[in-house]
Amino acid sequence: MVVPLHYYLGLSVALFALGVVGVLIRRNILVILMCIEMMLNAVNLAFISFADAFKAVDGQTFVFFVMTVAAAEVAVGLALVVAIFRHRATVYVDDLNILKW
Amino acid sequence: MSMMEHVWLIPFFPLVGFLINGFFGKKLPKNVVGSLGSAAIGLSFALTIKIFLEFLQLPAASRPFEKTIFTWIAAGAFKAEAAFLVDPLSLIMLLVVTGVSFIIHVYSVGYMHEDPGFPRFFAYLNLFVFFMITLVAANNFLVMFIGWEGVGLCSYLLIGYWYEKQSASDAGKKAFVVNRIGDFGFLLGIFLIFWTFGTINFREVFALAAKYPVGSGVITAATLLLFVGATGKSAQIPLYVWLPDAMEGPTPVSALIHAATMVTAGVYMVARCSALYVLAPLSLTTVAAVGAATAIFAASMGMAQFDIKRVLAYSTVSQLGYMFLACGVGAFISGIFHLMTHAFFKALLFLGAGSVSHALSGELDMRKMGGLKKHTPITYWTFMIATLAIAGIFPFAGFFSKDEILFYSLVDGHILYWGIATAAAFITAFYMFRAVFMTFYGECRADPHVAHHIHESPPVMTIPLMVLAALSAIGGFVGFPIIEGAHKFKEFLAPSIAPLHEAVHHSVAFEITMMIFSMAVAAAGIYTAYRMYIKEPELPDKVVAKYPVAYDYVFHKYYVDELYDATVVEPIKAGSTFLWTGVDDKVVDGTVNGSAGLVAWLSGHLRKLETGFLQNYALAILVGVVIITGYLISQ
Repeated sequence: MVVPLHYYLGLSVALFALGVVGVLIRRNILVILMCIEMMLNAVNLAFISFADAFKAVDGQTFVFFVMTVAAAEVAVGLALVVAIFRHRATVYVDDLNILKW
Repeated sequence: MSMMEHVWLIPFFPLVGFLINGFFGKKLPKNVVGSLGSAAIGLSFALTIKIFLEFLQLPAASRPFEKTIFTWIAAGAFKAEAAFLVDPLSLIMLLVVTGVSFIIHVYSVGYMHEDPGFPRFFAYLNLFVFFMITLVAANNFLVMFIGWEGVGLCSYLLIGYWYEKQSASDAGKKAFVVNRIGDFGFLLGIFLIFWTFGTINFREVFALAAKYPVGSGVITAATLLLFVGATGKSAQIPLYVWLPDAMEGPTPVSALIHAATMVTAGVYMVARCSALYVLAPLSLTTVAAVGAATAIFAASMGMAQFDIKRVLAYSTVSQLGYMFLACGVGAFISGIFHLMTHAFFKALLFLGAGSVSHALSGELDMRKMGGLKKHTPITYWTFMIATLAIAGIFPFAGFFSKDEILFYSLVDGHILYWGIATAAAFITAFYMFRAVFMTFYGECRADPHVAHHIHESPPVMTIPLMVLAALSAIGGFVGFPIIEGAHKFKEFLAPSIAPLHEAVHHSVAFEITMMIFSMAVAAAGIYTAYRMYIKEPELPDKVVAKYPVAYDYVFHKYYVDELYDATVVEPIKAGSTFLWTGVDDKVVDGTVNGSAGLVAWLSGHLRKLETGFLQNYALAILVGVVIITGYLISQ
């Protein structure tokens, strides 16, 4: 049986929305990074579904790019988190608010 | 090799002298600075003589000679060339300017020797000569204007040479501002000439002007505007007030700039534009009237001055009035002739005054002089020759030129002009001999410690005095009257000058009568001074006591400075103060400060948006994305 396109898209939207909510309300930087990953993967899922539905490889190609960028972003992001933790002994964004007025 | 092609070298040497002394003078030894400054002018002078001799060899037809160095401005119909005009008039002026400048430079080497600003002095002096040469050798109005402004600048710099003295820097400012007023008129005159004729080249303008009728409005306006410039530069009523104050400068400066050369620029300019002035009878009348009025007005002020340089300053103003009177009655050549002889004897008088103050440790007040005759014989004799020349005693230079002016003011002018000029001649003889008697005769009234070491000046100062004395004594013979063809000066200069009317031959008896009369007037002036200051020294006080009001007016220079202060300076000051405290402080600064304050106030509130919380920013991005996406979808 074939799963209809809107099922995939519904899942993708749900994942993306979860990611956004996570980024906005969680205090732990690591969790925020994971939520960003979730948003990227929600987008990946949408790409794949469209690629399958339209029988075009463009979507799959883009997924590779997104995965590459995601990997790089996580590497940099985690490195920053480690550096911040070493300096400030915290990973909670509420405490990292020195760039304010 | 003909040197005429190299006329540009004449201003070039002083310019080089200025650059070297101006930039490196402080590192050079004093005698190098002095010799360099003098040598630069000496070379110019030698070259001028060479060109003058070559010029005399040329046939009359090919004489006026223009040499273009480069095209300075070419914009549409407007064209200005950096070019020189070599004609009899500019050559006479070049000879006078470079010659007298050279003598005064040499004198300055001695006079300024103790001054710490020695290199600066010579740099300014060389720069002045450069601009003065530019002024007199220019072939168009614009280059002339460059020289005109340049000499004004140098005059300002040199009057305020001792800038640490308040009165000197004030005098410099006064000279500059008053000159600017005149220069504004001069500039408007140039604009009008370009607007009318489409060119600023002298010879082209004069050729085109010849087509206009006599008394044409535009030429009258142009010549009057040019004359406004002349009243500023040549210290005529109403702009003469700066010259007496200019005596704050060093004495060689007074001799060179404020007596012999720069102040005669106005006379030169009027003579140069004679082709325009003869077409404007109204302008000529104005020139003559202003000249005559200045001659008598300034002379009367000279009677009651006690500062020897101020006496000479008023005398300069008065003599310049004579020159303008001559130009105004159409005797331009006589004006230039008097300009030349005046340059000799007035430079000599100033240098003599400098030598006197040198002997008296800087004293300039004649009440503290007296009896210098036996201490400073060379100064005394040279000063005497110059005084005889300015008084107009035969056969000294001033006699010939002044007599010519008196003569033409009667035959071509009006008996009123002649009466005024004769009265001024009487006063001139009187105050000049008053100065001589107060300075060189009688008992020495100097302070004891000054009187102790009165001495004659060194040769570097007295030799220039003697050279100028020789020129003042015999310089007039180039313009010998009466005998047909003996007036070489007039013959040489005639091609440069537009005659007002055909030359009229006057009877010899009439000319001689006029001469004897003017000599008698001068002699009367001398005798009056002799009575008052030698025979009956108490007489001046009696005269003062008898006419206290008149004396008060003369002594206070008719309160003209006070009048100008009240009518011009103070209102301008009040207006400027209003513009400063009212308009600038409140309106302009208020707008600027107000807008800065507004931005600061706004920022103070807006910065609260910068919370520093990561998630606030993320929310803002999200809201932005939603709004933009929503907008795009709804399209």
